[in-house]
Amino acid sequence: MKLVLALLLAAVLAFSAHALQAESVLAMNPEETFETPEQLRRYEAMINDLRCVVCQNQSVAESNVDLARDLRRITRDMILAGATDAEIKKFMTDRYGDFVLYNPPLKPITYLLWGAPVILLLVGAITMVTVVGRRSGEVTDDDEGMGDNA
Amino acid sequence: MKSLKYLLPAIAFLVLVVFFYRGLFLDPRIVPSPLIGKPAPAFELEDLREPGKTVAMSDMLGQPAVLNVWATWCAGCRQEHPFLMQLARSGEVPLYGMNYRDERPLALDWLRRLGDPYVTVAYDPEGNGSLDWGVYGSPETFLMDPQGIIVYKHLGPLGPKVWETEFRPRIAAMQGAGQ
Repeated sequence: MKLVLALLLAAVLAFSAHALQAESVLAMNPEETFETPEQLRRYEAMINDLRCVVCQNQSVAESNVDLARDLRRITRDMILAGATDAEIKKFMTDRYGDFVLYNPPLKPITYLLWGAPVILLLVGAITMVTVVGRRSGEVTDDDEGMGDNA
Repeated sequence: MKSLKYLLPAIAFLVLVVFFYRGLFLDPRIVPSPLIGKPAPAFELEDLREPGKTVAMSDMLGQPAVLNVWATWCAGCRQEHPFLMQLARSGEVPLYGMNYRDERPLALDWLRRLGDPYVTVAYDPEGNGSLDWGVYGSPETFLMDPQGIIVYKHLGPLGPKVWETEFRPRIAAMQGAGQ
């Protein structure tokens, strides 16, 4: 009985692995037909940096949606035609806006977005310094301090 | 000072609540189009109904015009279709269609069964024309002024409410400016 179960499980696993592989092959459409490894590298970097506007939480590289497939094809064609990364990004943002970029440009509307990590880090650091500073001052009458609120 | 220590987290929490509450009513599918206020991208596509004939963006110039991007596989398009028919009957504004990633026999059958509200329909099976318009979901409906500047874009099924609040005032403003 155990053996049968184990075999069944193995079969299921093998099948799903196969299905996953088939899917990733599909996702790679259109086939990369690049002349240099550098072009392939740029292609992969670009499609991983573009958001699929239909599925939103996937990149153009990951998505199987028709639009993502077309954007991969366009990216490939533009790279083969000698377009720079900036030109490709402009082509995309002219149509879909900055939303299509996973790496949005620094401009007034995104200052808060880019600044937030620094601001949060500063707030955290200031909080830590003040709290730790106060605690270390209280070190001698620590138990008294703890009992303060009781 | 002590009360501030307890108040601050509560204030931070309230601020978060406000943002989250607002987020409940936002539709993440709506991506602001960079095309608003810009000239409508040119296209030349085959006529859906008359193969061999060309439909071009320039056909829509000279008056306020509406371009509706639709497909037979799109549920929202089916939902808005009765309103498009009503709009076409009213003659308020010429309604052009762009058939998006679809198959001609299916699209023609759809128009035969449900009615045909469009002046002309551009046939875009590969999505080449709609790509330049930044179409990513259908239905999408664009409003253009007589010079072909895109004034407004609506994502999702069109209905009387959106028409009343977003389209009609803008069309009226254009007509007012033209006189």
